[in-house]
Amino acid sequence: MPDLILTPNLEATDDFYEALLNAHEGLDEADIHALNARLILILANHIGKQSVLEEALAVAGA
Amino acid sequence: MVKARYQTAFRLYPYEKVADQDTPAPKRHSVVIIGGGPVGMGLALDLGKKGIDCLVLDDHDGVGQGSRAICFAKRTLEICDRLGCGDPMVDKGVVWNLGRVYRDESEIYAFNLLPEEGHKRPAFINLQQPYFEQFLVEEIRRQQAKGAPVEIRGQNLLTSLTQNDDHILLDVETPDGPYQIEAEYLVACDGASSPTREMMGLGFGGRVFEDNFLIADIKMQADFPTERRFWFDPPFNRGETALMHKQPDDVWRLDFQMGWDIDRKAELAPEKIKSRVRGMIGEDIPFELVWTSIYTFRCCSMEEYRHGRVFFAGDSAHQVSPFGARGCNGGMQDVDNLAWKLAAVIKGEAPDALLESYHIERKHGALENIKNSSRTADFLTPRNPAHALFRDAVLDLVEKHDFARPLVNSGRLSVPCTYDDSPLNAEDGLPQGPARSRPGSPVVDAPLGDGFLLDRLKGDGFTLLSINCDLPADVEVAGHHIRTLSIRAEGDLIAERYLGDAPAAVLLIRPDQHVAGRWPTYNARALDEAFNTAMGRT
Ligand SMILES: Cc1cc2nc3c(=O)[nH]c(=O)nc-3n(C[C@H](O)[C@H](O)[C@H](O)COP(=O)(O)OP(=O)(O)OC[C@H]3O[C@@H](n4cnc5c(N)ncnc54)[C@H](O)[C@@H]3O)c2cc1C
Repeated sequence: MPDLILTPNLEATDDFYEALLNAHEGLDEADIHALNARLILILANHIGKQSVLEEALAVAGA
Repeated sequence: MVKARYQTAFRLYPYEKVADQDTPAPKRHSVVIIGGGPVGMGLALDLGKKGIDCLVLDDHDGVGQGSRAICFAKRTLEICDRLGCGDPMVDKGVVWNLGRVYRDESEIYAFNLLPEEGHKRPAFINLQQPYFEQFLVEEIRRQQAKGAPVEIRGQNLLTSLTQNDDHILLDVETPDGPYQIEAEYLVACDGASSPTREMMGLGFGGRVFEDNFLIADIKMQADFPTERRFWFDPPFNRGETALMHKQPDDVWRLDFQMGWDIDRKAELAPEKIKSRVRGMIGEDIPFELVWTSIYTFRCCSMEEYRHGRVFFAGDSAHQVSPFGARGCNGGMQDVDNLAWKLAAVIKGEAPDALLESYHIERKHGALENIKNSSRTADFLTPRNPAHALFRDAVLDLVEKHDFARPLVNSGRLSVPCTYDDSPLNAEDGLPQGPARSRPGSPVVDAPLGDGFLLDRLKGDGFTLLSINCDLPADVEVAGHHIRTLSIRAEGDLIAERYLGDAPAAVLLIRPDQHVAGRWPTYNARALDEAFNTAMGRT
């Protein structure tokens, strides 16, 4: 069974999305990329499990 | 002279000269309402039914042409049921529950607005705003015939006002010239550009969204489904969004996003609009344009909704983007909230402090509406590359993965506000009970006997609702008689929505059908305290 959750799982979807957009307010393209790269690394560390991360990479790339 | 600023759809209150215009000293009224839109008329009806003398001044003689609002939410219908005019609205309206979202040519998902049984009213009806207002006025006429002290004066334009200690002095312009009246309380329901707000020099802060939307209400016979259909980036409106929605009388609302830099005049040319419409519905269906307009929007609110004896309600107090249908629906909740409080204070039953809670509760509601409708606008109109990046990522993912559905934001449709932290709420005496019936929440409807719970909560004052619990024969609360409703519930929706795991509950319900307090059993002391709190007598 795959471990990656692909059903709705956010506690407060709209609050999260707003916070995500706010974090990007006023950034130029290079800064947007940099922010997202950092964010991915932070979240990846939080998830930790290699099989889940590989699945997520596959889903995102599909 | 009173100039017409717009054409009317129905002339409902033609100008008539009245005695007030010739009296040497200005006549005093308990409540004067400026503006006879849906909010002003709703308030007049609610106050009139409570026996409060009120006068509506409107600078036109009927309902403006062109439907602005079309989506009326369940809570609005429940409020109108309480006011006595829910049935004609629902009979005339188009009921819909299903929404579909498309991207380019394919459907990306569908949603049901009310995936829950056991409500008398549907999640939404579509009804042209002029009809909504007409049904309110017709109910006012019926109440007037029964003696309700409401008066409507058409072509009466408020031109200035002066606040005094115990009244407000109003200058009113009419086709027969100016006159003056006095109001103990004034409620400004004069719309988003509120002249009352201007005259008082009060601000209206917020955000303007840089986007234009074209509305084309068209009449056609077509068997498109009775659903809300929303497109991202459709072939007929590349790079923008579009919406299609059915109204009564074979009228359909088409809404096209257009971006910020447009030539308004060129876009409003009927031929140009018709070609857009054909792009959406196809070449073969005959149609006529009923009403067209280009709108831009902003999300704004006043700081304070109360200034001494002057209150602001509806669009004059707060304005939202149309996404989510929170404008008129929010305004009707203002009515619901203000009417019983004004009536209680005018009748001497509650202190002035109760009126303060109108601002607290409804500003809370308005900020919630503004938050939701701003978020939708940000999703639809990405303001910077990051917004667009994430929106497109969400839309890319949603076709294959359910998790992305809740992230798509084409409008979070109006739901009633729960007044958490209101000074009128009692401490929750049943904290393990269902969250949806906690103090501050609007009563959730549920089947009861042959009818529905809300039908039993339409009377004037407070109601004490007891479920699986005996009440004394004659309940007095803080020296007042109070209406009671005792019911039994087991394994049904009332039990699910009000008891949860508790065997019984007693709820104190406000005149606007919000929960003031709840307890596991009848407790006279707690009830007295809660009633006093809910009446602002702390
Ligand atoms: C395109 C569009 C779509 C919308 N769709 C929806 C929807 O689906 N659902 C929803 O809930 N809301 C919707 N809205 C919002 C809704 O139309 C408004 O929230 C609603 O009309 C506000 O009602 P109101 O009574 O506060 O003000 P208004 O309807 O603006 O009424 C104000 C009244 O005051 C009168 N007046 C003004 N100045 C004076 C004066 N000096 N003296 C006397 N009278 C005066 C005016 O003539 C008018 O009759 C939409 C709005 C737009 C623009």
